[in-house]
Amino acid sequence: MTITEVGRARLRKEDAHLITGRSRYTDNMTLPGMLHLAMVRSPFAHAKITSIDTSAAKSSPGVVTVLTGADVAAEQGSLPNVWPVTAEQKAPAFPSIAVDEVAFAGEVVACIVARSAAAARDAVELVDVSYDELPVVLDLEEAFTDKVLAHSNLDSNLSATWVFDSGEAGTGKPIAEALANAEVLIERTFYQQRLIPAFMEPRSIVVDPTSEQITMWSSTQIPHILRLILALTLGLPESKLRVIAPDVGGGFGGKLTVIPEEFITLMAARRVGKPCKYTETRSESLQSGHHGRAQVQKVKLAATKDGIVTGLDIQLLADMGAYLGIIGSGVPILGAFMYNAIYKFPAYRLECNNLFTNKAWTGAYRGAGRPEATFAIERLMDELAVELGMDPLEVRKKNWINNEEFPFTTVTGLEYDSGNYEAATAKAVELFGYDELRAEQVRRREANDPVQLGIGISTFTEMCGLAPSRVLGALSYAAGGWEHAQVRVLPTGNVEVVTGTSPHGQGHETAWSQLVADRLGVPFENIEVLHGDTQVSQRGLDTYGSRSLTVGGMAVLAAADKVIEKAKVLAAHLMEASEEDIEFTDGKFSVKGTDQSTAFGEVAFAAFSAHNLPEGFEPNLDSDATFDPQSFSFPHGTHLAAMEVDTETGQVTIRKYVCVDDVGVVVNPLIVEGQVHGGLAQGIAQALYEEAVHDDAGTLVTGSFVDYLVPGAPDLPHFTTARTETPSTTNQLGAKGVGEAGTIASTPAIVNGVLDAVRHLGVKDIKMPCTPSRVWAALEEAKTTGGVQ
Amino acid sequence: MIPSAFDYAAPTTVAEALGVLADAGDDVKVLAGGQSLIPVMKLRLADPAMVVDLGRIGELSGVRDDGDALLIGAMTTHHQIATDPLIVEHVPLLAQAAATVADPQVRHRGTFGGALVHADPAGDMPAPVLAADATFILAGPNGERRVAAADFFQGYFTTAVDDGEILTHIRVPKYTGWGSHYEKFTRVAQQWSIVAVAAMVRVEGGTIAEARIGLTNMASTPLRATAVEQALAGAPLTAEAIATASAHAAEGSDPASDLNGDAAYRRHLAEVLTKRAVIAAAGL
Ligand SMILES: Cc1cc2nc3c(=O)[nH]c(=O)nc-3n(C[C@H](O)[C@H](O)[C@H](O)COP(=O)(O)OP(=O)(O)OC[C@H]3O[C@@H](n4cnc5c(N)ncnc54)[C@H](O)[C@@H]3O)c2cc1C
Repeated sequence: MTITEVGRARLRKEDAHLITGRSRYTDNMTLPGMLHLAMVRSPFAHAKITSIDTSAAKSSPGVVTVLTGADVAAEQGSLPNVWPVTAEQKAPAFPSIAVDEVAFAGEVVACIVARSAAAARDAVELVDVSYDELPVVLDLEEAFTDKVLAHSNLDSNLSATWVFDSGEAGTGKPIAEALANAEVLIERTFYQQRLIPAFMEPRSIVVDPTSEQITMWSSTQIPHILRLILALTLGLPESKLRVIAPDVGGGFGGKLTVIPEEFITLMAARRVGKPCKYTETRSESLQSGHHGRAQVQKVKLAATKDGIVTGLDIQLLADMGAYLGIIGSGVPILGAFMYNAIYKFPAYRLECNNLFTNKAWTGAYRGAGRPEATFAIERLMDELAVELGMDPLEVRKKNWINNEEFPFTTVTGLEYDSGNYEAATAKAVELFGYDELRAEQVRRREANDPVQLGIGISTFTEMCGLAPSRVLGALSYAAGGWEHAQVRVLPTGNVEVVTGTSPHGQGHETAWSQLVADRLGVPFENIEVLHGDTQVSQRGLDTYGSRSLTVGGMAVLAAADKVIEKAKVLAAHLMEASEEDIEFTDGKFSVKGTDQSTAFGEVAFAAFSAHNLPEGFEPNLDSDATFDPQSFSFPHGTHLAAMEVDTETGQVTIRKYVCVDDVGVVVNPLIVEGQVHGGLAQGIAQALYEEAVHDDAGTLVTGSFVDYLVPGAPDLPHFTTARTETPSTTNQLGAKGVGEAGTIASTPAIVNGVLDAVRHLGVKDIKMPCTPSRVWAALEEAKTTGGVQ
Repeated sequence: MIPSAFDYAAPTTVAEALGVLADAGDDVKVLAGGQSLIPVMKLRLADPAMVVDLGRIGELSGVRDDGDALLIGAMTTHHQIATDPLIVEHVPLLAQAAATVADPQVRHRGTFGGALVHADPAGDMPAPVLAADATFILAGPNGERRVAAADFFQGYFTTAVDDGEILTHIRVPKYTGWGSHYEKFTRVAQQWSIVAVAAMVRVEGGTIAEARIGLTNMASTPLRATAVEQALAGAPLTAEAIATASAHAAEGSDPASDLNGDAAYRRHLAEVLTKRAVIAAAGL
């Protein structure tokens, strides 16, 4: 096989139609006789519903019907949580339409079905809902006290407490010893603010109930999982449902979920017997789509005077919001295995308390658990360096797993297959000009420059390639982590690749074509990648957790290999040679030691015509494969940020950002670059810009993009990106995930840099996002407390 | 994001527009560039029964030389204000401020008059117009009246424009030869001002002869930083003198507290930004 495609920076196949307006987003769908939905949402974060009067809305022009929770109580069931993190986990019922009580502002209390979107919207105001307000609990630390309950029918806000203890698990030493014997003990509390995934395409759903098999189009990351959950929850035969994720405009985890509106649209369409569409507004998207992060991390790090970390103890308060989303409970647990990061300390304990509050429920958001973990440990490594007066890079070097120590089993029991932290760090340091910037930092400090310079470091790793099914089973997640693919060989030798992954911006059509082009010797242009429709892609577990290439891509390769095995049998028959003598290279089957050969396309046609087949040979070359990974993959990298802080205004600017990522073997460098850039933007956004803020009543204050500040291109610097390539040994390609790397790494790099710029002025910590007013307030406070640390 | 139903009129002259307004009663809104009105209608924070679109009234658009002043049509877009040669020559402060408004799309639709009548405390056009002592020309059922900038901005989103009236033109005196600068402070590039300072200075030799300073978002209306103006008049052209004068910037202000910062922070910013704006305007 000659490799001409893998490693090539091809432009993406999928882009032409997206950038020329020929896109097919769900909201572009119009079906004959289609009706439109609008939701009536609770303005209160916690209240009893005492009555709902829909009569005025029902008689409003164009309105077909109005559904309340009571109307659908018998069929709607409860949105499921598929990740009970403990056997005792508690979860309130999560109806699509609230029946008696609402637990966050924005919860659906009724649904209008009308002949036009405008008529539906007009009728929203005519639904008269009476509420008895109940006290709200919004703050995590307060929720933990149970003084105010988020649900009146639960006796505690605590959903579950999940504990990992390396002493008990036998993967390391007990933490108590490490803490008791610590020469240096660093204790901090970090706040992971609530973030909103803020995908560009708001969620949209169309349901066509007019044939035997009901079709749902949804702007989702998980068409396969969605079909299964809809069927199980509503008691419909799974075979009667078809789910299609057409063009999907971003997700970032925000569409790795099933939402009440999907259930409501389906129930409404079945009731009225006509196609129904619901498209949320931006405000609804920000308010009632799931949110991410939202944790309080109480951390203790034990170390020796020489800077060797001896243990880490974490107590987490994790905000579930008002309900448990499908995997909300598991998100912090995904991070639990990453607090030890690239380091090899011997003792570790994490206690995670999942708590309910009266806010929108939480779920996966780019990185899901791992950014929080990485932030905590990378901030702590800097704090340790400060405490000991060491260079923060030096502290990291002392503790990281050396290249020759791989494979390495960490204190959480995971086996890291490969990594080269030395190489990535050396490259980053060189590209960054680390020593020169340190020298400039000293000069500016000495000159009392109003603009101070700081250097932020983050040496991260993450686990991706979700996931070995047996591991998910051990973590009591309901499903497996395999992925499926099919390679269909058409009579001309063109190929259709069916994948169970569900791209929504990642470029699978391009990357999977590159993989198959090399394997089968079929030109890139002659390969079509099909996805996102349960009728076409019959099996799959969809796209999230940087899994698609390392799991889905491997299934594609395995299916292509099966095609070759089948075709060899036929090629041997056609050339009257023995199967063992057939070689396949560059799209040609040849007989060893002869000049006899036949092209892939000829064999494909022979299979199709079926005139001359070997005994027992089924006339087609199509092949299926399902791949279940044996282990995760562990991309890593070193990110360096030079941060300037204007001490007069508190304004923070990124002067230089260098990242060296190691994502193993790269299929398409252009796609990798795009993933890194987008990831960095989202991680920087957490550090500097974004925060979902609620008022005391629980109303989302940052309910539009005027207040929820998503940075744009002008706010971000030029990124210097580079790579080292340490192949993963857990998949045949040597690839690791890249979708979340930038987000996970950049947040601590930026915050470490901001603090490094102002620590000498007495600032000890700044909460995220490090807004100018917060930075200025921290500087002012340091002046009055006079304390240089 | 669908507004309530409304009636729509698109008159082609000011007289016709005034007639439509008079007939429509009080549940009517004038539409200029729509960059503020349409969003609030889509959010249903406003639901006028009738919308009168000024977009087809040619006489309301453009910039004219009017002797010692410029006469600017209310429907002149931010983009035109930012690039018009007469403005760039005679009141560059307006061009500098308009260039900081939002993004190119908004600047091509949003209008000078719309931004002034909307009177958002965080909006960028009122403070420069106040600093420049502009005069507002209003047309109404009883003819035309003129309002000084100091009397035009009356409160949070409130101006001297009465029901049934239209802002037709803004007359801005020429400040040919003055130095000017608009210093806008935001968290992201495309954002309303957290605080901004509009500064014009006339330098004579090594001294500041005269200064005009307008503050954005330091109260429910734009403010003149009169204490700074007084302290600067006759002050030497040095960074120290400017810094000393700028320490008065927040006097008499009453800024709001919000997600971007509390009142104390805004007061502090006003001082820092005034210093920076004056230094830049004076070309130091
Ligand atoms: C994304 C975005 C970002 C923005 N960022 C900024 C920013 O950074 N800085 C900034 O200053 N502004 C910003 N704006 C607002 C922009 O400047 C608007 O153009 C301006 O506020 C209103 O102007 P308009 O012509 O669009 O008026 P419209 O929205 O059409 O009208 C606004 C109000 O003024 C009234 N009105 C308009 N014209 C007249 C008239 N001639 N006579 C009487 N009444 C009238 C209308 O009835 C309405 O009440 C932003 C807007 C958007 C959408």
